[in-house]
Amino acid sequence: MKLDPFCAEQGGSGEPCAPSFLEILCDRGFRWLTFAAGGIVISLGLYIIFEIGSAAVPAMKDNGLGFFVSTTWDVARNEFGILAEIWGTLYSSLLALLLGGFFGVSIAIFFTQGYLNHRVAQVFRSIIQLLAAIPSVVYGLWGIYVVIPALRPVASWLNEHFGFIPFFGTKLSGPGLAPAVIVLAIMILPTVAAISQDAFKQIPYKVKEAAYGMGTTRREAIMLVMLPTAANGIMGALVLGFGRALGETMALAMLIGNANQISLSLFSPAKTLASLLASNFPEAGAVEVSALMYAAVALLIITVGVNALGAFIMSRSKRQEAI
Amino acid sequence: MGASETLPMTATGEINAAIIPDLRRKRMERRSFLDTLFTLGLWGIAAIGAIPLFSVLYMLITKGGARLSLDLFTQLPPAGFMQGGGFGNAIVGTIVMVGVACVIAVPLGICGGVLTGAMAPKSKTAKVVRFIGKVMSGFPSILAGVFTYAWLVVGLKTYSALAGGVALSILMLPIVLLTAEQAVAMVPKRMKDAAYGMGCTHTQVILKVVLPASLPSILTGIMLGIARAAGESAPLLFTALFSNYWMRGLMEPTASLSILIYNFSGMPFPNQIELAWAASLVLVLIVFTFNILSRILGRPKY
Repeated sequence: MKLDPFCAEQGGSGEPCAPSFLEILCDRGFRWLTFAAGGIVISLGLYIIFEIGSAAVPAMKDNGLGFFVSTTWDVARNEFGILAEIWGTLYSSLLALLLGGFFGVSIAIFFTQGYLNHRVAQVFRSIIQLLAAIPSVVYGLWGIYVVIPALRPVASWLNEHFGFIPFFGTKLSGPGLAPAVIVLAIMILPTVAAISQDAFKQIPYKVKEAAYGMGTTRREAIMLVMLPTAANGIMGALVLGFGRALGETMALAMLIGNANQISLSLFSPAKTLASLLASNFPEAGAVEVSALMYAAVALLIITVGVNALGAFIMSRSKRQEAI
Repeated sequence: MGASETLPMTATGEINAAIIPDLRRKRMERRSFLDTLFTLGLWGIAAIGAIPLFSVLYMLITKGGARLSLDLFTQLPPAGFMQGGGFGNAIVGTIVMVGVACVIAVPLGICGGVLTGAMAPKSKTAKVVRFIGKVMSGFPSILAGVFTYAWLVVGLKTYSALAGGVALSILMLPIVLLTAEQAVAMVPKRMKDAAYGMGCTHTQVILKVVLPASLPSILTGIMLGIARAAGESAPLLFTALFSNYWMRGLMEPTASLSILIYNFSGMPFPNQIELAWAASLVLVLIVFTFNILSRILGRPKY
C-alpha cells in the first residue's frame, strides 16, 4: 500500500502542516539538553585539571622545579622530589613496550598475514581481547603468586653468572622491576596487537599481491613491503601502548616493590608515579597530599602528551591511507 | 606434487621441459629456509603469548574455584587469623558503585554523543567535547581517584560510595560518549533524510530514527564501560576506601571486590589469599560477562 502522509483516511492530518508549537518547544528543549550535556563534559574536563592543579599549588610553591630533579621523599623534613618515580615510570614503561610491542606486532602479523585460517584467527583475536579485559588487580595477584616465584631462580642464576652487567646487578628478593615489566607488557599487548592489526588490514590487497607477484617469499613480503607500509599505524599503536603503560597503577603498585631509588638493574625494586600515588595517598597528611597532587600533575602532563602524540601519528597514518 | 601439474604445456599438449626453467623454489634454498624459520618463529611467539592468559585462567579456576561456595556471597570478610568468611559486602559495594557510575555516565555520555554525532557535529562545542572525550579516554585511572579525592572526599569530609561511583563514572564517560558518537554518526544519511522529508523536527529525527537505529551500538559502549568500571581499583583506593561491614548508605566507606583483592593479596594469612583468588574469579566472571554481552549486542545484524 502506498502511504500518503497528507491523506486523512490513512491517518494523516489531511494537509501539510508546520511543526506544532509543542513540537518546536520539544525540539528546542532537546537541543538545549544535548548542548548542556556537552557543556558538562567540557567543564568536567577543565575542572579535573583545575582541581588537581590547585591542590598542587602549595607544593609547587614549596618545592618549585627542584621537585623534578630531587629523589628525596621525606615527609618529616617536608622535602619532596619525584626524579626516581619519573625514572621508574619511563624505564618500566619503555621495557614493557619493548617486550609487549615485539609480541604485539608479531601477533598482529601472525593473525593478518595468512598464517591462520580466517575463522581460527577470529577466535584467537577474541581471546587476545579477553586478555585486555582482565582487571589490573587480578594481574597483580597473578604476578605475586606466579610470576615472581617463576622468575626468582632465573634471576638469581643471571645475577650469579652475569652480575657484572648492570641490568642483572642485583638479586630479585621479591617484588621488583622485572615481574612488573612482564605483567605490564602483557597488559599493553592487546592494545598494540589490536591497533597494529588495523594498520595491516588497511593496506590495500593489491600491495600484497604485487609483492607476491614479484616472487617474494612470505617473510620477504612481510618484512620488506607490509611492515614498512604499516609503519605509521604500528608506530601509533606503540605510542598508545606506551601511554597505557605510563598510567597503569594497581599491578605495578603490587609488583614493583615501591623503593625510592634509581637503578638500571631489572631485579631491584623501583617506584612509578602512579604507584607512588596509590601507596602514599591513603595515609598522607595535608602537606604530603599537596606534594602527591604535584606528582599527579606531572603524570597528567606526561600521559596526555604521549597520548596526543599517538593520536597525531594515527591521524597522519589515516590520511596517508586516504591518498 | 607431480612435475606434470606445475610445468606449463604447449598448445599441442606436450610438455616441453627443455626450454622452460624449473620455477619452483628449492626447499633448502636460503630464502625458503629463512621463510620457514620466520613462520616457526611466529608460531612460537604466538604460543608464548598465549601462556599468560592460560596461566591466569588456570590459577583463577583452580585457586579461586576451590573456594567457591555460597558463603562467599553471604558472609563478611574475615579478620586476621579467622577462618572462612566471604565478601558479600564487597560484591554489593561493587554493584552499587558501578550503578552510581552508570547513573552519571550513561545519560551524560549518550546526550554528549548525540550532540557530537548528530545534533551539531561541526559546532565548536562538539569539537571541544570530542577532544576532551579523547583526552579522558587516555586518562590514567589513578588520576580519576586523585581528582575525586580532592573534590568530593575533601569536600564532604568522608570516604563514600558516592565518591567511588563518581570516580568510576569519570572512566566510564569517555567510553560511552565516544561509542555513542560513532554509533549515532553511522546511521545512514538517507534514513535521516527520509524522516526530514516527512516533516520531522531535528529532535523527532534523533529520538525516533537515529537513536533506535543506533541503540545496539550504544548498548555495546555501555556494557564496555560497565566492564571497565567493575574491574577498576585505582580510582576506588582513596575515594570509597574499604569496609568490613555491610553497606548502610551511600555516604560511608564502602567495600569493593577489586580493593578486597588488593588488600588481601599482601596479607600473610592463607585464608585471605584464598579469598583474594576467589574474589578475582568472581570479578573476572562479572567483567567477562559484560564484555561478551557487548560483543553479542555489537554484532552486525546483517
